[in-house]
Amino acid sequence: MTLENSDYIIEAEGLQVFYGASHVLHGVDFSVKRGETVSLMGRNGMGKTTTLRSMLGFVPPKEGRVKLFGCDVTGARPFNVIKRHLAYVPEGRGMFHNLSVREHLEMPARPAMDGTWRWNFDRVMDTFPRLSERLNHMGSQLSGGEQQMLAIGRALMTNPELLILDEATEGLAPLIREEIWRIINIIKNDGISTIIVDKNIGPILDMADRNVILVKGNIVFEGSSDDLRANPDILARNIGV
Amino acid sequence: MDLATILIQLLNSVQYGLLLFLISSGLTLVFGIMGVINLAHGAMYMIGAYLAYAFVEWTGSLGVAILLGIPVMLIVGIVIERFLIDSLYSRDHLFQVLLTFGLILILNDIQSILWGNDTHGVPIPDMLNGSISLTDNMSYPVYRLAVSVVCLALAIGMYWVIQKTRLGMTIRAGASNREMVESLGINVRTLFTIIFAAGVALAGLGGILSAPLSSVYPGMGDNVLIICLVVVVIGGIGSIKGAFWGAMMIGLVSTFGPVLIPSLSSVMVYLVMALVLLVKPRGLFA
Repeated sequence: MTLENSDYIIEAEGLQVFYGASHVLHGVDFSVKRGETVSLMGRNGMGKTTTLRSMLGFVPPKEGRVKLFGCDVTGARPFNVIKRHLAYVPEGRGMFHNLSVREHLEMPARPAMDGTWRWNFDRVMDTFPRLSERLNHMGSQLSGGEQQMLAIGRALMTNPELLILDEATEGLAPLIREEIWRIINIIKNDGISTIIVDKNIGPILDMADRNVILVKGNIVFEGSSDDLRANPDILARNIGV
Repeated sequence: MDLATILIQLLNSVQYGLLLFLISSGLTLVFGIMGVINLAHGAMYMIGAYLAYAFVEWTGSLGVAILLGIPVMLIVGIVIERFLIDSLYSRDHLFQVLLTFGLILILNDIQSILWGNDTHGVPIPDMLNGSISLTDNMSYPVYRLAVSVVCLALAIGMYWVIQKTRLGMTIRAGASNREMVESLGINVRTLFTIIFAAGVALAGLGGILSAPLSSVYPGMGDNVLIICLVVVVIGGIGSIKGAFWGAMMIGLVSTFGPVLIPSLSSVMVYLVMALVLLVKPRGLFA
């Protein structure tokens, strides 16, 4: 199967992950189709970030498989998984203190799967006008919101098929949070598949085509935003909202 | 000291500083970006000097020795990183110290087997074997000036690569947040192999260029390693700019110190390091 022909961008089957003696994921199945926006929800410590990191190769699963565009990438090193048209914006933003804003964007730039540059420096500047005023600032000199915009802009410069956002609005002021959700909506409308891990349930339900809830390393719910709105007890029981 | 003596000492200190920078830059990159303490860096310098001796004996040309020596050192660096260092990244620094100390012993034995334990000399190339008159009775060797020019050109080249190219950006990013570099789909392992091999090649080139200035002898890298560690600590671990200014500072202190305060000459560089660390505990440009 060629990369271009698979309906699924990423498929994880039966992920079993351990941190030492601690069993963190208990057979998680998770997938994202082309053009789909999927949320991954759960309280702190339920295995959301571990699921992402396991799929990307940072935490190899003890059992289970990960397929990317239909190709088995289980056990592959993270760069080898991510370079196949994924982009990961980790919790904490991953700024380089010794690179300027411009360098953050230029360093990882690469074309999309079809060889085109849908996202380039100019488009990122248009989407994040605040960054264009800070081009010569170092990553560590930016505010939290600007750092998050830079982290997303940097990810877009790799022209990904799938963008993974881990706690993209965490610790940000409400206005900045709104700005980040506006940008995520632009990305969604651009046809880029997205995995969103976030604690802001309202915007997530507006944005996601499918929602997955993790409790103690097990998937306890998978369904549409309408299903969740119709059954608020699911959110109350498993997320606490 | 008269003006001419000061000028000559200044030229000596700049030349020594630039050569130190050439050797230290590899050490600081490997230490700062890969987190590897390469105690064998001085031994690589020594192997470079012995390669200069061997290739000049064989071909009669220092230029050819440089052209052959650099690829040999690059290959040595690639082999050591891939087959030895690579398995130790996730381990404690102590393992790296033990491994690279072991490498010193192995490289010393290889040097002893291949070239014996005698002291050797490498002639200065005829083209550079002259002096430039500074005053009526003082002159300065052309070869030392040529070494300074080569080191300065390499320093500018390194600055350009580190500051202006995508490879340089990636190297700097690796020094800041290695996992994030990998999260951008960049092969950090290949990046590390490039950096380590470049570090070994720079140490080797330092040895090749030094060979005509000093004798080539067993264990000649030991003192160089200690001085290079001082340079790296003063400049800030992982900083090429820091290595440059740290090396220039040590060059000045090592040259003028024994003339101005002879009684403190043996500890002068360490005093400077202590002073810098008191003011900037992470080094000048960390």
